[in-house]
Amino acid sequence: MKGWEWLIRRVLVVMAFSSLSLLALIALFIFAGGVPILAEVGVEQFLLGTRWAPTRGHYGILPMIAGSLWVTGGALVLGVPIALACAIYLSEIASEPVGRLIKPALELLAGIPSVVYGFLGLVILVPLIRVLLGGPGFSVLAASCVLAVMILPTVTSVSYDALRAVPATYREGSLALGATRWQTIRMSVLPAARSGILAGIILGMGRAIGETMAVIMVAGNATLIPVSPLDPVRTLTSNIALELGYAAGKHREALFATGVVLFLIIMGLNLVAEAVAGRGRSR
Amino acid sequence: MVNGKVVVSQLNLAYRGRPALRDITLVFPEKAITAIIGPSGCGKSTLLRTINRMNDLIPGVEIRGQVLLDGEDVYGGTILLEELRRRVGMVFQRPNPFPLSVFDNVAYGPRVHGIRDRTLLADIVERCLRAVGLWDNLRDRLRRPALELPLGQQQQLCLARVLAVEPEVILLDEPCSALDPISTLRIEQLMQELKERYTIIIVTHNMQQAARASDLTAFILDGELVEWAPTEILFTSPRDPRTEAYITGRRLPVPH
Ligand SMILES: Nc1ncnc2c1ncn2[C@@H]1O[C@H](COP(=O)(O)OP(=O)(O)OP(=O)(O)O)[C@@H](O)[C@H]1O
Ligand SMILES: [Mg+2]
Repeated sequence: MKGWEWLIRRVLVVMAFSSLSLLALIALFIFAGGVPILAEVGVEQFLLGTRWAPTRGHYGILPMIAGSLWVTGGALVLGVPIALACAIYLSEIASEPVGRLIKPALELLAGIPSVVYGFLGLVILVPLIRVLLGGPGFSVLAASCVLAVMILPTVTSVSYDALRAVPATYREGSLALGATRWQTIRMSVLPAARSGILAGIILGMGRAIGETMAVIMVAGNATLIPVSPLDPVRTLTSNIALELGYAAGKHREALFATGVVLFLIIMGLNLVAEAVAGRGRSR
Repeated sequence: MVNGKVVVSQLNLAYRGRPALRDITLVFPEKAITAIIGPSGCGKSTLLRTINRMNDLIPGVEIRGQVLLDGEDVYGGTILLEELRRRVGMVFQRPNPFPLSVFDNVAYGPRVHGIRDRTLLADIVERCLRAVGLWDNLRDRLRRPALELPLGQQQQLCLARVLAVEPEVILLDEPCSALDPISTLRIEQLMQELKERYTIIIVTHNMQQAARASDLTAFILDGELVEWAPTEILFTSPRDPRTEAYITGRRLPVPH
């Protein structure tokens, strides 16, 4: 018996550490691939250069950084209000049966492969934008809309859990003072759930930055800094996915360096999310 | 006796068909403290919560009978729910300040009822914190989170929060059961001070507290009002043997 316990414990430890070391290996691999070109071109040139023509020696990824920010920002602006409304409705207003219907629907939404979202965006959204608003249709707006839908389930369900975790005594205290239901939500439930909601938004943000396939299909992928929501745009992830197939030499290194930037951004976001959620918990 | 501030008349309440209050008729006189005592689960909280209609939140509640506030039926549809709850404040068993600052906790009610003016709010906060004896202690810490306060002070804060909406009646549901003896005494003192201006109804498990702090006492058993009398009389010469058994701590005769 003793021997078994020992073995099982060892196996679990190895497995637990293997995921950690996998992460370290991935980081190492990406950094090793990207750092030489960063050293050659210079970090500043790489990050702030506006021209991306890797076959002709121009390695500026500012358009892609701007693209990722535009698209992600747009997705949050469009998606977060809807997700919050949805979470508030589910936790504070909906009756049990309605909640039981909507929750699984959301989970289903989360399970749809991203290429399907991209496809729908391509055949519906892009032409719609072209006809109604002008421009090529492939645009920041199209990508933001698709991403907004894709982050909806994440942001909604994390916010929902945060709202459900607010003790009923806060609601009672507020109602007993003569507050209406909406005042109670706005003035005591939402502030109490704030850190959890924020963590949900940051998770959604991470998802939006990382999403590749659906964005490639509707964003147009031009390597220009967009100045309007109707301009085509290329994100950091798209850049890698589009070019890695045929890239070689320094071009390939530059794509790895793009990955380094992406890696750091997402690590940063996760740390912020942890910190925000942690602060909520310690209260 | 009809001139009570709150009059409960032939009140019946059932949770999903299970009766919790049976035919209760009870008068709460103005500017007096009425204690409600009785064993666990007898319906004390339920009775208290019919007065500010907090039971409305629970699905499946059925209420028959009347609860009059200044002669007006609170279930009659003429009093706005929000207005009723402003006039009838409530302090809960566990202190439940909002996860906001001390200031925002007290200002919560006035804000809910439309007061925006900052100096006016500051005045209200000071007046109410003074009324519950927290002002000298907290005047420099108004921006600190209320949840950092010790439990006793949290409960005082909850009382201040209720006073801030200028209620007429204050309901207290076992307000001291989570507090230490010193904080408990403090709350009892406060009740004596507040009774000059408010009608107070307190549910308590603590017989000494009822005897010490109230003018009238109602004893409830299994959802029925057994006895209701001035506190001295109820505790010294109860009319009903069940009351006597309860206050002397003897076992109740088990009904079959
Ligand atoms: N939300 C509810 N749903 C269903 N039944 C309830 C609900 N609240 C209370 N009851 C029932 O109503 C009866 C009276 O409950 P109540 O909470 O009023 O008692 P109490 O005298 O306040 O007890 P305690 O001293 O334990 O606080 C109990 O039998 C209880 O089980
Ligand atoms: Mg109770």
